[in-house]
Amino acid sequence: MARIVDDDQRMFMTGNEVLAWAALAAGAEIMYGYPITPQNEIMHYWTRLAPRFERGFLQTEDELSAGFTTLGGVMAGKRAFSATSGPGDILMQEPICMAEMMRIPAVWIIQQRGAPSTATVIYGQQETRLACFGGNGEGHRVVYSTSSHQELFDYLIKAFNTAWSYRFPTILLGDGYQGKMREAVTLYNPEDHGVKLVPTEPFVGRPGVPGVDRAPAHYRNTFNIEEEIYEIVHAREEEFEALTPQIVEFESGYLDEAEMILIGHGIVSRAIKEAVKLLQNKGVKVGYFRPVTLRPFPVEELRKAVEKVPAVMVFESALGQLLSMVKEAVGGLPVKIEAFLRPGVGICTDEAAEQVQEYLRKSSMVH
Amino acid sequence: MENKTSGSATSESKTGFTTRTVVTPNEAMPKVWRRETKPHRFCPGCGHPIILKALAQAVEELDIQGRTVFGCDIGCSLLAWDFFNLDSIQTHHGRTTPVIAGLKRARPDLIGVAYMGDGGGYAIGSQHLLNAAMRNDRVTVILCNNTVYAMTGGQMAPTTLPTQKTETTPYGRDPAMTGEPTLGPELMAAIGRKGAYAARGTVANYRQLVKFTKKALENQLADRGFSFLEVLSTCPTNWRTTPRQTWDFVEDDMTRVYKVGEFLKPEDEK
Ligand SMILES: Cc1ncc(C[n+]2csc(CCOP(=O)(O)OP(=O)(O)O)c2C)c(N)n1
Ligand code: SF4
Ligand SMILES: [Mg+2]
Repeated sequence: MARIVDDDQRMFMTGNEVLAWAALAAGAEIMYGYPITPQNEIMHYWTRLAPRFERGFLQTEDELSAGFTTLGGVMAGKRAFSATSGPGDILMQEPICMAEMMRIPAVWIIQQRGAPSTATVIYGQQETRLACFGGNGEGHRVVYSTSSHQELFDYLIKAFNTAWSYRFPTILLGDGYQGKMREAVTLYNPEDHGVKLVPTEPFVGRPGVPGVDRAPAHYRNTFNIEEEIYEIVHAREEEFEALTPQIVEFESGYLDEAEMILIGHGIVSRAIKEAVKLLQNKGVKVGYFRPVTLRPFPVEELRKAVEKVPAVMVFESALGQLLSMVKEAVGGLPVKIEAFLRPGVGICTDEAAEQVQEYLRKSSMVH
Repeated sequence: MENKTSGSATSESKTGFTTRTVVTPNEAMPKVWRRETKPHRFCPGCGHPIILKALAQAVEELDIQGRTVFGCDIGCSLLAWDFFNLDSIQTHHGRTTPVIAGLKRARPDLIGVAYMGDGGGYAIGSQHLLNAAMRNDRVTVILCNNTVYAMTGGQMAPTTLPTQKTETTPYGRDPAMTGEPTLGPELMAAIGRKGAYAARGTVANYRQLVKFTKKALENQLADRGFSFLEVLSTCPTNWRTTPRQTWDFVEDDMTRVYKVGEFLKPEDEK
């Protein structure tokens, strides 16, 4: 693969631009896409850069097509990806389900916007559940929820490697703020940082005549017997669970002696981390926990973090999507679960800190 | 707003000087336009409101305001969701045709208009358009051809002209890679059933546009068949053109590829 920069290069750019560069760095060979805000600029930058680096692009007639052409590209053995948002994300779920069932290592970037449905084109975290469990299936996919431009770059490279290592479709879950705002980032060639690109291989079209030189490749996504599907889904689940320790990622801080742990993912986790520092400076004992992978969810890690804590507070720009995952994960533990839910709007550091202080004040009055 | 001069009529005064009778925007507007939502939200120089004005005039002249339902897509057509004194449904990108077709099946006495962009109609909603035409659904589809995905910031549309630069064809559209522009009315004429209507108008010929719009509605009124009208339109915002360049583009460049006229009439043998 061609080097994308001579040396590590410090840049100040929008998240969508970062992602186009990250896809180049990750060795992505072709993008399939359909316009939708707030991911458009990934395509805009990609179409400008791709010819320079001999990469491909196809604008399809919609997201169903963008998703399925991506699967075709991957089955041809290419590092292929697509990007979408909101209503496009809904249409993308059919191809993502096929990828789940057939273990097709396709990569999707999802820049969340306000929901439900068409809603706003700005920002939201209301595609959290869709990204994790969209479609008719069990959510056998990897979902990385990023929070900074550097992570957009790092995790898109990682997403391709995860997909091709484990053969589960992989999603990088961002949002409109991450896509549209500018911040500093270091672009680099993966090999300069010891990151090897996992090789790809074709599903079909290998050398030789099928049935003569080699067995024909027969891929299917249809099953006739109930027991058969029962077996397959269980086998998938077992594999997914077995791989979980290798894939799962989280971030936490100030957990010791915390009276409360703040939980958030994606860009909201930045606000809560800052809020925790703010409160710590005031002598308030609080910590934070941020799942980086939403699928698989860091269940064990979260349980361990909240074991000895009286309460947690979940922050999200949605009406309880992360909250329900947290509830499920910590089920049975004697921890009180509070939430600050802001569907479709951002959460600021001050607000988060205020919510926590308010809660702690009230609960100390009760004691 | 009330006092702003938007049009005028001249008359001779007793003194021989020409005096101007001020016509307020309210008087100049078709009644089917909803005054409370004017000025509208389209950019200056946009073709959408011209198409919508022709539609309003046609609805008024046919006296069907009480039974017309207006559907619009996602795309700049959505800016018309409260544009008319008509019951209106703004649906999803590409899905206006099936929403209006479903409505018409359930209430054949209503006149269903599905209004959309070229991306909405020819790309994401193309299967709906084809199948509505093949079923000969008694609906009127009006499609605004502005050669781009306008609302999302000017990406390639199925109608983008060869060599035209857009956000996803930054080096110019190459038909070898992306195909030739979609010819909608020609396609509809080819697959249309007996009783169907297919035409292409342009915002550069308003009287003809009203005529075509009326025919596309009358055909539904007469219960003859599917009616399709594409309209060549303008998008100075995404084309990044001056008024003169805008006009040249729609009158010269676009009509070189897109012939204006009627391609299928209900009385044609099929
Ligand atoms: C399923 C889905 N995909 C993509 C979009 C994003 N989107 C909004 S408007 C639009 C393009 C509109 O272009 P066109 O239909 O040509 O109408 P125009 O704005 O040019 O009038 C797109 C792709 C969406 N809203 N829903
Ligand atoms: S962007 Fe283009 S199509 Fe949309 S309102 Fe403005 S001029 Fe009209
Ligand atoms: Mg358009």
